[in-house]
Amino acid sequence: MILSLEASSVTVAYPNGHTALRDATFKLGAGTIAALVGINGSGKSTLFKALMGFVKPVKGQIHIAGLSVEQARKQKLVAYVPQSEEVDWTFPVSVWDVVMMGRYGHMNFLRIPSAEDKRVVSESLERVGMKEYQERQIGELSGGQKKRVFLARALAQSGQIILLDEPFTGVDVTTEEAIIALLRTLRDEGRIILVSTHNLGSVPEFCDQVVLVNRTVLASGPLEEVFTEQNLRQAFGGALRQFHFEHSTIQDHDGKTVKLLTDDERPLVFGKDGHLEYKDRSGREDLVNKRKEEVGE
Amino acid sequence: MNWLAPFQYPFMVEALLISALVGIVCAVFSCYLVLKGWSLMGDAISHAVLPGIVLAYLCGLPLAVGAFAAGLICAMSIGWIKSSTRIKEDTVMGIVFTGMFALGLVLFTKVQTEAHLNHILFGNLLGIEREDLIQTVVVSFLTLAMVLILRKDLMLFCFDPAHARAIGLSTVILHYLLLALLSGTIVASMQAVGILLVVAMLVTPGCTARLLCHRLDRMLVLATLSSVIASCLGVYVSFFINGSTGACIVLAQSFLFALAFVWRGRQSKRTTALN
Ligand SMILES: Nc1ncnc2c1ncn2[C@@H]1O[C@H](COP(=O)(O)OP(=O)(O)OP(=O)(O)O)[C@@H](O)[C@H]1O
Ligand SMILES: [Mg+2]
Repeated sequence: MILSLEASSVTVAYPNGHTALRDATFKLGAGTIAALVGINGSGKSTLFKALMGFVKPVKGQIHIAGLSVEQARKQKLVAYVPQSEEVDWTFPVSVWDVVMMGRYGHMNFLRIPSAEDKRVVSESLERVGMKEYQERQIGELSGGQKKRVFLARALAQSGQIILLDEPFTGVDVTTEEAIIALLRTLRDEGRIILVSTHNLGSVPEFCDQVVLVNRTVLASGPLEEVFTEQNLRQAFGGALRQFHFEHSTIQDHDGKTVKLLTDDERPLVFGKDGHLEYKDRSGREDLVNKRKEEVGE
Repeated sequence: MNWLAPFQYPFMVEALLISALVGIVCAVFSCYLVLKGWSLMGDAISHAVLPGIVLAYLCGLPLAVGAFAAGLICAMSIGWIKSSTRIKEDTVMGIVFTGMFALGLVLFTKVQTEAHLNHILFGNLLGIEREDLIQTVVVSFLTLAMVLILRKDLMLFCFDPAHARAIGLSTVILHYLLLALLSGTIVASMQAVGILLVVAMLVTPGCTARLLCHRLDRMLVLATLSSVIASCLGVYVSFFINGSTGACIVLAQSFLFALAFVWRGRQSKRTTALN
């Protein structure tokens, strides 16, 4: 089985007649973190629901590792963390119980956990840093902690494809970084991770593919090719705030540094010729070298 | 007064055993009903079984079959009306169950039946017929077995239907299964407390247990315990005061709930004082 996620000309309409996605086409291969980027109402959550089989496309196909959505579900290939959990937070279940629900698909109809199930649940809780909270009732957690528990449940499903709908909203910087680190290790294990986010600045830090949506897929592919100023302008229209640094502030005698403060979101910075500026430079040595060469010229 | 007197009568012993069995079925199911927030649905279906009982009697079918069918028809028409109009669910329930209950009452006056209306409305545990007894026992065991086998799936369905769907469970099937089990539970307990008070059996044990614990497993155990105690206590007391058995059982349920409520109030005061 070759892991892949493929949508071709997917059109999704809601019962009220609203076509939320039209002719959406993209393809993702194994071992990738892909960002799903678009404005409010652009159809990100709708795309996730279509990938989960919660809404049936009126046109087009979705193939998951070459299988249909239904077959992929039987094979337990896909795990999904929705944008907001519509659960009863006062329900008498513990964090452990909730994460164990991620294993139900692997159990027989009596849902009796095996030693393996328990090991996976314990490991998943550890990976999101929620092990010490495992006995807590699910409502007795902060918003960010709740998000991590549901992320752990998705991990416990051992899905090869993980769909995360806005995992970073309402999450502090430390947790965001912890989640990003976790996503990286998942990618290195060869999984496909599709993350929707509004936080443009963090996209270049951890994603290698980008799917830009606005009621259709505007562009998709490697970060460097797709995450360009022009494409983003197209995806967001006038909804992006932008700020041009005066040319003089980034000259050599200033040590080439500018300070940029933002309230919550990480800023997205385009450098010379519209290339992306990264905070994390590991793995981007070629780019750094190229710039060095230019200076040497 | 001889405290052991009730145990000298076979019908009393039988009544105690049945009430305990019914108590267990109701308690286990009530946990899910309370967590799903379907108490009103329980009330609706319990009233709506009446026309089914009368018609079953007319056709010579087991009363349990008629009651079960009427319960399902009620639940399904509520679902259907709700999904095809903008009327809120509780309003639809109010309309459907009162309509069906009234139909049952009208049918009842048109046909002369041996089954006394009072027995159906208020239960007849002490004078239960052999045939009704067998029906009660069979339905109780079937319902209990189903709930226990499916308890994890039902929990998931009550807690997070979206995830149930994501792992390939059909929420539509689970929804109707829960409704069918609800009808089954009502049929099982109908003979004991009557259809007017059944809803107390369906919600009180779950609520009592919910006050006292934060884990579903413990809640199931505690609900069962309180329900069995209340059922037996009700039957026992009704022997001495010569009162309606069903009403005595429900009163005992309410009493245990009140105890739990007071105890919990004091408990939380103590913990806040400690902090
Ligand atoms: N259940 C629904 N019924 C009808 N229309 C819907 C439904 N859910 C979403 N829509 C519509 O479909 C469009 C896409 O919605 P979607 O939830 O996919 O947006 P999104 O990209 O996830 O937005 P956000 O960034 O706010 O989460 C919106 O115009 C929305 O109004
Ligand atoms: Mg969304």
